[in-house]
Amino acid sequence: MRPVFFVLSFLAVMGLAFWAYRENYATQSALREMGRLQDEIASLREALALQRAEWAYLNRPERLRELATLNFERLGLLPLDPTQFGAAAQVSYPAPTILPGDALFPDISNPVDVTGQTSTEMAPPPADGQFP
Amino acid sequence: MIRTPLRPLARILLARQKGENPDTIERENLRLRHEEIRDRTRARAEVRLVFLSLGFLAAFATVGARMGLLAATEPVEPRSASAGAQILATRADITDRNGRILATNMQTYALYAQPKDMVDPGRVSRELAKIFPEIDPVAMERRLTDGRTFLWIRRVMSPEQMQRVHEIGDPGLLFGPREMRLYPNGTLAAHVLGGASFGAEGVSSAEVIGTAGIEKALDARLRDPAQAGAPLELSIDLTLQAAVEEILATGKTMLNAKGAAAILMDVRTGEILSLASLPAFDPNDRPNPLVKGDPGDSPLFNRAVQGVYELGSTFKIFTVANAMNLGLVAPDTMVDADAPRRLGGHMISEFQGKNYGPLLSVENVIVKSSNVGTANLALMVGAERQAAFFQSLGFFDPTVIELVEAPGAKPIVPKRWPDITTITTSYGHGISASPMHLAVAYAAIANGGVRVTPTLLRGGVPQNGPRVMTQETAVASVDMMRKAVVAGTATLADVPGYQVAGKTGTAEKPNAQGGYDTDKVVNTFASMFPADDPKYVLVVTLDEPVETSGSEPRRTAGWTAVPVAGEIIRRAAPLLGLRPVVEPPPVDELTAVAN
Repeated sequence: MRPVFFVLSFLAVMGLAFWAYRENYATQSALREMGRLQDEIASLREALALQRAEWAYLNRPERLRELATLNFERLGLLPLDPTQFGAAAQVSYPAPTILPGDALFPDISNPVDVTGQTSTEMAPPPADGQFP
Repeated sequence: MIRTPLRPLARILLARQKGENPDTIERENLRLRHEEIRDRTRARAEVRLVFLSLGFLAAFATVGARMGLLAATEPVEPRSASAGAQILATRADITDRNGRILATNMQTYALYAQPKDMVDPGRVSRELAKIFPEIDPVAMERRLTDGRTFLWIRRVMSPEQMQRVHEIGDPGLLFGPREMRLYPNGTLAAHVLGGASFGAEGVSSAEVIGTAGIEKALDARLRDPAQAGAPLELSIDLTLQAAVEEILATGKTMLNAKGAAAILMDVRTGEILSLASLPAFDPNDRPNPLVKGDPGDSPLFNRAVQGVYELGSTFKIFTVANAMNLGLVAPDTMVDADAPRRLGGHMISEFQGKNYGPLLSVENVIVKSSNVGTANLALMVGAERQAAFFQSLGFFDPTVIELVEAPGAKPIVPKRWPDITTITTSYGHGISASPMHLAVAYAAIANGGVRVTPTLLRGGVPQNGPRVMTQETAVASVDMMRKAVVAGTATLADVPGYQVAGKTGTAEKPNAQGGYDTDKVVNTFASMFPADDPKYVLVVTLDEPVETSGSEPRRTAGWTAVPVAGEIIRRAAPLLGLRPVVEPPPVDELTAVAN
């Protein structure tokens, strides 16, 4: 019984040593990876800050004003003016959707070609031979 | 344990035979037993003490060893910590109220030399002079060869310049990383931002410190590592600021003014939405202060905050408001305005020798801007109450805005208040204040009589400051100023739809001889809009403007500052989201057309 116990504990020690060895290297590689990622994050942050600065520089009001002047023929941009405010009454209501059953819904009990016709007054069906 | 009996029978019997006292035996045994107990306890205590001292030794040795280890190792960044909580060593960005960047940092490099490693100082000097025009090759070679071991050459440079220095290829030229402050909008809001420069410099880094404006006033906040991730949000609106500066610059050019300033302020929160002072400068390349002459002529001078001027008739509304607040007059009370008039031992006359008298209603005193009428009102109020009212409006102390220049701009207030001072200060002469003071005082009228503290930081909530006048007085004052715009001295600022109310002010500039120059004036227009519920105050000041479209030059504010302010309001009000209250042109009505 005792030799078996010795062998088992020896194997356990070997196994644990192997596990610790692997964990050590895995930890070190994870730390290296983390360091690399943090360097990358830092450089990306720096690039982001630079791009923000460049965005701000390219969008400075002075330059936008010059661009608007240069491209006035195409864009027709002018400074916001008090007269550009509108009243709600100036906005037209959307055209009512006419559903089957409504009084204004066209009568299609007589099967005719109504393609392209939205008028409530039905055009008379074309006579034979009059199709283009 | 085998206990020794205290009275062993054999010895007791023996002692009895000998006629001795057996009690002595018991006492002797008791003594021995106690000695044994004592020795045992002492041994146990000694063992405990040894253990305890060993424990202490181990603990102190651990602490000592750890300290030694920490002292001896090179510092490394914690690699396993996450980058969640940001502690950044950079200076915080500055943004406008909508998050658009006003100041940020950029990575660049400084150039330095170590002459002992240099191969050919002569060639290096010539090549450097080609890249950087300000370098003199002869002087540079002398400095590189005079035996020094270290020399700064450039503080910052562009990537192109850095590449060209690389191409010189000399091992004695070295680069040190630098964080550089960058103002992408150039001269825009230059006086608010101020500028930054390098403080203590090392090879691998340099500290960036603010030199003026908000960069210096809030230097500690901007450098605080715990807040570096959070940009400093100003109350300035970049779009508004650009529009205001553009119009102000146009006005300054058209009116041949020496300088101009404008302040746009929210009357309830005290937030400054735009603060402009012309001429401006580029904070990226801040000019040196003037070494001689008037510092007020430098572009670095912030006319809106540092410029302390006699603000002229814009003060009349304070006199009138004070008189109404004290219940002495109502808007329709008639006051004596017969001009010219000898008051307080001096002749007081009106503009161009006019006479608006003999009697004028208080309202028309403001509309027509009558000096004599205001002077009589001031005499009714009295010196003490007038001074107290000016003080309550903040005209006795520097403004507390977040600019490093603000505490230095102390208003010039008369030391004594005889009648003549009461009279002249009532229409803004003999008392000097900055346009910022004026904006704060007008905001108090505009918001219904509560004093606000101006601020450049966003996130303002309506301030509940001390009340300086009643709501009724404030409303009546705004009505009077509205009439001054509709039918008085400021008609050119009557922007349709925005109900501008305001008061003009034309003050002759004091000259070196102690008198006043008639052809040098400071024109001010202090206004608020919309008059039925004022939300914003706009103060425009022009320094020495002259309007030359007529037959003779005109220097009154009505012809200079007022049209500029009107144009600013016309452009700024839509940007502020204010809709004009004029009715839009009638919608074309649908007409039934018979086919």
